[in-house]
This record gives sequence, structure tokens and C-alpha cells, in this order.
Amino acid sequence: MPVIEAHGVGHAYGDRTVLRDLDVTLGEHRVGVVGANGSGKSTFARMLNGLVLPTQGRVTVDGLDTRTRGRDVRRRVGFCFTDPDAQIVMPTVAEDVAFGLRRRGLTKAEVAERVTTALATYGLAGHADHPAHLLSGGQKQLLALASVLVTEPDVLVMDEPTTLLDLRNATMISRVVAGLPQQVLLVTHHLDLLEGFDRVLVFDEGRVVCDDEPDAAVGYYRKLMG
Amino acid sequence: MSPLGLYVAGDSPVHRAPAGVKLLVMVAAGVGSVFLRAPWQVAVALAVVLLAYAVAGLAPRTIVRQVRPLLWVGLATAVFHVVVNGWQRALVVVGVLAVLVLLAALVTLTTRTTDLVDAVVTACRPLRVLRVDPDRVGLMIALGIRCVPVVVGLAEDVRDAQRARGLAASPRAFAVPLIVRSLRHADALGEALAARGLDD
Repeated sequence: MPVIEAHGVGHAYGDRTVLRDLDVTLGEHRVGVVGANGSGKSTFARMLNGLVLPTQGRVTVDGLDTRTRGRDVRRRVGFCFTDPDAQIVMPTVAEDVAFGLRRRGLTKAEVAERVTTALATYGLAGHADHPAHLLSGGQKQLLALASVLVTEPDVLVMDEPTTLLDLRNATMISRVVAGLPQQVLLVTHHLDLLEGFDRVLVFDEGRVVCDDEPDAAVGYYRKLMG
Repeated sequence: MSPLGLYVAGDSPVHRAPAGVKLLVMVAAGVGSVFLRAPWQVAVALAVVLLAYAVAGLAPRTIVRQVRPLLWVGLATAVFHVVVNGWQRALVVVGVLAVLVLLAALVTLTTRTTDLVDAVVTACRPLRVLRVDPDRVGLMIALGIRCVPVVVGLAEDVRDAQRARGLAASPRAFAVPLIVRSLRHADALGEALAARGLDD
């Protein structure tokens, strides 16, 4: 399992401090992150693949600093966003999955084979040549997930992947995620998705205020918000 | 439904023709159309394009959908030319417009975006001398095509939000939120491209 470490991490957008004094080492298979809107959890998630570089301290993935080894970190850490529409960059389903495989030295046949396998795995086999905008919300999120996982990352970071989905689609996504061999860090407002997780961090006003197993952490979070 | 004709899977000779060839034919037709003078020449061109649609196995419904957005522009152009240049010229101008739009739509309907983009990237290779990155040009085209349905969706959201709040349709109350949302979408898209290793 890869090890993600944050050493004395802080972050500010201009005058607004969104994260402070963060020191965590994450080596568990399933890590959840919860917290109110604006608590800094999205910024934290974006630091794990170098999308956001901390203004203080450093973040490493298996010892690779996101600041100096951003490219290598991004190869290991896949990222899934809340809004799949923003994440799907190519007009049709198969093309979007293939996008992540560009410049990897694969032949056209190898790319096609990996794309076909990924689409079949995530239940999109019949949609290969369909325009991405005609998929349902749940299918779009599955496509976004397939496009990330086809590149075989070691870690998957997901920033509220089910927030825009209905219950059926949210359940489907969580079932897919539960079956992944990868290390997963899931930021979510759907607290029941954290069942079976190894560890949950609660963010509040830019700090980790609770770091525990799911039941205790979710209980703390409910009390904090109540 | 997107106003852009998007790839319809198929295995006809039109589908199998190399994307570069199709683009060249399109450019040649565009240049050649300038020389069309008589209505019968336009009729022949139209017949050829419609034949190509038939070969590609596309339904008549699809053909109608490609030219429908032209209706008002075509009508205005026709009226103008009938008044100024006579009905024959009007027929030629509007006919050429329809032929070119149909041809362009046929190319997008029968060519995967990836192939189209690859052809453009190949064509842009010589521009490396001018420090143009051909892959960047290709990505721009793909993103452009992808963004049409997304922005149409954003526009529908903005209109719905206005209706829900009972606001009268004012152009500014429509344009401002649409632009703001489009820019936010662009930001998110940029983030997604970075996360997917574009610049690595």
C-alpha cells in the first residue's frame, strides 16, 4: 500500500487560510475525509496529486514530493472530481478513456484493448461510440472513473464523487469503489459510504479535528455539526 | 440533443475513408463552391452529397437535422438575393450553403473525433517551425467539440434558474451567469486536464 504523508502542511489563498498545521501519514487501504463546506478537505485532496501545492510544508506520496516530482506523483495518484462533466474531456466515451493512455508508448491495438476492458469492467461496453453528453449522471461518473482507472494508478483520490448523483447511482459508484484493489481516499458528504473504511479524518476550519475509525469519527462529526 | 453532428458508428466506405482525405475533400469543395454559377451545378453538387449520405447509411432524418439550424439564415439570405440579384442567384447561394454544411456534417458524422484530430495534428506538423505544438492544436479541437453540449447544458440551466425565479428574459440576466458558469467550467476542466497528466 502506498504511503501518503503531509508534513507541517498549511495553505492560504491570498489572505484566506484554508489549511493549517497538518501532519498525517496515510497508509490505510480506505481513508475517508468528511467536513463542512469550506473546511479545507477539497484543498487537501487536491494536494495529494500536486494539483494544489501547499504554501507551507510538503506532501509526499511514497517519498515523492508533489512539488518536485509532480509528474511521477500524478502517475500514481488518480483523481476523480465531483462534476463528471468537467472531467470528461473527449466527445465520445471510448475516446475519453483512451485520452489518459496517450504518450505512454502503447500501440493503437494495446490502447484499444485496454479501453475495451475498462468499458466492460464499468458497465459501459455498449456505449463506446456514444457521445459522452448523452450518458446519465451515474454513467458519466462511471466513465470518469473508468478513464482514471484505465491508467492503473496506485491511489485513487475522490472528491465528493456522489454529491451530484441520486441514491441508486451513488450506491452503484460506492459498490464499484469498494471492489477496487487500489488505496482510496474518499472525500464525501454521504456518511454511509464510509462503512467498512479503515480510517476517517474530520476537517473543520482548516484543521484535522478528529482522526479515528469510521464510527467514532462520524459520531464526532455529527456532534460537531449538530 | 447537441446541435453538432457527432460520430455515428458505421462501417461504410465513407466511414472507412481516411480522415485526412475527408478533410481535404471538404476544403476542396469549399474552394470549388466559389465557382458554381448555375442552379443545375448546385443541384449536381447536392445530389453528390446526398448520395454520399446514402452510402454512409445515414437516415434522411439525420440529414434534415443537419440543415435545420440553417433555416433562418438561409431564408434571410434567400430573400436578400431574390431582391438584389434575382431568384437564380438566390438559389445558388442558399444551395451552396446547404451543400457545404451537409458535407461538413457528413465528415463529423462518419469520422471519430480522435481520427479527425489526428489528421489535423499531422497537417499541423509543419507549423512546428513557428513553434506551434500540433498536439496542443488537436486537443483544442477535441475540447471545443466536447464543450458545445456542455455549454448548451449550462445555458439551459441558467434559463431554468431564471424561469424558476420568475425573471423576465433579459439578455444581460442570461449572458452574465452563463459566462460566469462557463469560466468556472473552464477552470474545472483545466484542473481535470492537469490531474490526467496533460502537462507531464
